[in-house]
Amino acid sequence: MKPLSAALIFGLPIVVLCAFIAMALIDARRHMGPGTPSFIQRNGWPVSIYLIAAVGIWMFVLIVFPQLYMVDYSFHPKLPPAARGGERDVYTLGNYRYFLFGSSTSSDSWNTTHLTAFWTTIVTSALITLLNFAICYPLAYFLAQVAKPGAVRLIMLLLIIPYWVNELLRAFAFGILFGTGGLLNKLLLAAGILSVPIDFIGRDIALYAGLTYAYLLLMMFPLYNAIEALDRNQVEAARDLGAPWWLIHLNVVMPFAKPGIASGCTLVFMLSAGALAAPLVLGGPKTLWFTPIVYDRFYQAFNWNQGSAYAIILMLACVAFVLLVMRLFKVSFTEIAR
Amino acid sequence: MTSAAIWRAMMGFYIALFFLFLFGPLIVMGLSAFNTSQYPQAFPIEGLTLRWFGVLYGDRGLMEGLRNSVLIGILVVALSVPLGLAGALVMTQMYSRARSLYYLVVVSPVLTPGVILGISTVIFWADVAEWTGVDSVYNGIFLATLGQSTYISAYCMLIFLSRLQRYDRAQEEAALDLGASPTQVFAHILIPYLWPAIVSAVVIAFLSSFENYNTTTFAILADKTLTTVLAGRMRQGTTPAISALAVVIIVVSIVGAIAFELVRRAEANREDARKRAADAAERAEMSVVAAA
Amino acid sequence: MSADVDLDNVSIRFGEFTAVKNATLKIKGGEFFSILGPSGCGKTTLLRAVSGFLDPSEGEIRIGAKSMVGIGPNKRPTALIFQNLALFPLMTVAENIGYGLRVRGVSRADRDRKVAELLKLVALPDQGHKRISELSGGQKQRVAIARALAVEPQVLLLDEPLSALDLRLRQHMRNELRAIQQRVGITFIYITHDQGEALTMSDRVAVMNTGVIEQVGDGRSVYDDPRTRFVASFVGENNGFDGTVVSTDAVHAVIDTSVGRLTGRRSEGLGPGVKATIFIRPEAFRIVNGADKAQIEATVTAQAFEGNATQLFLKGTGDKAITILLSRREDAGDVAVGRTVGITYTAKDAVILPAEAAP
Repeated sequence: MKPLSAALIFGLPIVVLCAFIAMALIDARRHMGPGTPSFIQRNGWPVSIYLIAAVGIWMFVLIVFPQLYMVDYSFHPKLPPAARGGERDVYTLGNYRYFLFGSSTSSDSWNTTHLTAFWTTIVTSALITLLNFAICYPLAYFLAQVAKPGAVRLIMLLLIIPYWVNELLRAFAFGILFGTGGLLNKLLLAAGILSVPIDFIGRDIALYAGLTYAYLLLMMFPLYNAIEALDRNQVEAARDLGAPWWLIHLNVVMPFAKPGIASGCTLVFMLSAGALAAPLVLGGPKTLWFTPIVYDRFYQAFNWNQGSAYAIILMLACVAFVLLVMRLFKVSFTEIAR
Repeated sequence: MTSAAIWRAMMGFYIALFFLFLFGPLIVMGLSAFNTSQYPQAFPIEGLTLRWFGVLYGDRGLMEGLRNSVLIGILVVALSVPLGLAGALVMTQMYSRARSLYYLVVVSPVLTPGVILGISTVIFWADVAEWTGVDSVYNGIFLATLGQSTYISAYCMLIFLSRLQRYDRAQEEAALDLGASPTQVFAHILIPYLWPAIVSAVVIAFLSSFENYNTTTFAILADKTLTTVLAGRMRQGTTPAISALAVVIIVVSIVGAIAFELVRRAEANREDARKRAADAAERAEMSVVAAA
Repeated sequence: MSADVDLDNVSIRFGEFTAVKNATLKIKGGEFFSILGPSGCGKTTLLRAVSGFLDPSEGEIRIGAKSMVGIGPNKRPTALIFQNLALFPLMTVAENIGYGLRVRGVSRADRDRKVAELLKLVALPDQGHKRISELSGGQKQRVAIARALAVEPQVLLLDEPLSALDLRLRQHMRNELRAIQQRVGITFIYITHDQGEALTMSDRVAVMNTGVIEQVGDGRSVYDDPRTRFVASFVGENNGFDGTVVSTDAVHAVIDTSVGRLTGRRSEGLGPGVKATIFIRPEAFRIVNGADKAQIEATVTAQAFEGNATQLFLKGTGDKAITILLSRREDAGDVAVGRTVGITYTAKDAVILPAEAAP
């Protein structure tokens, strides 16, 4: 490992941590009165040690070090273990160049397969997010504003059950439904709508349906929670003023539920774009989805450096989406992630 | 027909469609678990059988995966719940900018695709094993536990934070005032208060770990969990035994949900009884005061 | 055992904001001492400093002549009763009361004996097994008192503990608190914004406003002899007439106000030409009949019959609102709304305080 990398991965977070602690102390002092006990006085030695150790392990050993390490990794060429840290271990953009051009040195032709897969993944995930919102919004509104408490409890309980079933199994269920000899094709053939079965899986219809299904609840709950906090009288008041129903939703309910919408959209997008189970089970031979490509970089091409670069590209897409949502809905990060 | 009735009919139709979408696939899969057909299908029912459950039970790969999944689940609970608790408690002692920044870092794993968490864990610990010479670090069960805990700890933290929002700090001060040390306050006041959240966090952490595929498939290395074995089986070709597994999971979930609901109701009833007792005491008191 | 509490020039600042300014108090052992003031005056902050939840920015707090600097709330010989009581909802009544003894390592048997004794003291015998959520408001109050007394504090601090109660119960609990204090004989420091509570229960009262202790004295002296305009208007009902001092002698001053020239007891800082206010209590006024000379002429705008007394609302010259309180013996029945009456008072019942707050 190069000294520069080591400094960036382990040194930088420590410096940031020190700055952060200083900031936290200043903020705490400003917020609290005189003679407020210090962190250790307040928690006592045993609990303080536990808190600091636990948060330190989580923040650094689990989150920051591995992530930074992966970033560093993506800027190095693939080398046999013996050559690592040696002369050939240079900083390079080759892995990212490979994503764009299909070669880590030349830039003559575009890497259409990977680029298309990436693009398809992002666009499809965004569409699935929208579709999820459209499906969930009416029910979330109904549960939060119209339904009686007993009905809400029952429906909520019903909603949670499918979520306890493994993501792979949920995808598998769609496979059964959409297979060439599956129930849907049989029904359509029997009804005379089709004369030959449709290859739902080959056409990726099964995949999109499965993805839409998979994260429905992660849209439902934030939406429900947000709309539930809206005072029912506000909707009544708008209705009394003669506003048509769609205007009430557009001007009263949706602006109020903004944080919930933002949070649901972010979760669904992230999970769809990062989905591995559904493409694996429901993907046809020609299916293009980005996550399986990342997987293949690792366990087919055994090129971890390239895989890291691909993972970071996926990560950046998700970060970009979160930022876009924050800008679009004018909500803060804290409102999205709760 | 009035417009309200039309609306209601449309809403009913929509809810019916929604639940058809939600449960239809699961029901189809459930039926296929009992069908004698070699290929998982719900209709036509060629004959009813329980043999797929037997096949499932006899699948040694799956059973080994199940054992590992349970083991990892327990390890994840043991790691994530304390981490999430500490994360939440530290957060309540931070203010303004520091608090936002801290929140950003610890919640980011929830918004990070699982594959990335798995990848970064494997890469980092592979090299840690190399530097330190402790090869046992580079172990599928250990890495899967770490990778999953990265984000499951954040789930736990969110659970604790929501309960801590309703926490009355005056209770802590009261205990301190009565002479308790901060450690005693933690053990006697805070932990009992958080107990319901701890139970939820344990359940959620275990289930999240149990059903995780994206992070695990990278981090598990040569070992197997239920989900990775399942994914392998699905790639090889489908069999109704997989449907049978889904049926088992669904049945366990439903039983769990019912049990949870019963416990909740019992607790609500106890709370109601106390409330009634308090009301009675209140009335008795007022009459005594009025008579005095 | 009870202890003196001394506050020596205590100031408490939160950043730019000064919550308590130069507070000096000498509270005697075994005294029932109230700190009275409107919400936000700094009284709770002061109490939290005494109990050790925050440290003064300046000055020193001593309990039983011992400095409390650097001593945490769990090491002080005080016990605090919180405004919301802060009972432990997951423990039974007995566990709540015994908690302070438990953390001191007192054996179970001794603890049980002490808890039973305290339950008797607060008139809750045999209720130890109950959960907090099963209790009425008054019962919770008693448990909180018993819990605080269990640790045998030398000073008991009470932060408006009665404010959540129903009015009648509150009056009932006042008597009970006073009785308990006399029985246990320790120092009580009681925080309240309710002057009725402060006056009925306390040996002495400190009146506090915007972080400053304006006056300390027994209830009578604070009520009858206010030293500042704030004390005059905050403690009990009062009529204040602004004006300019005309003349003074050793005891009295005369002041020109919008309703006429009035005489009252003088205070320091008064001399001819000084802007001042004369305060006259509603019950100090009488309606003149026959021989008496009216000092103020005013028109009745409303009256409120209160059973044991009648409140009359009047309007003097320049629309100056005046409230007077007539006891049952003075017949108010014939003072109809709209009538103009002459009212008078005795000069010793009025006090004149300068407009510029002299300390």
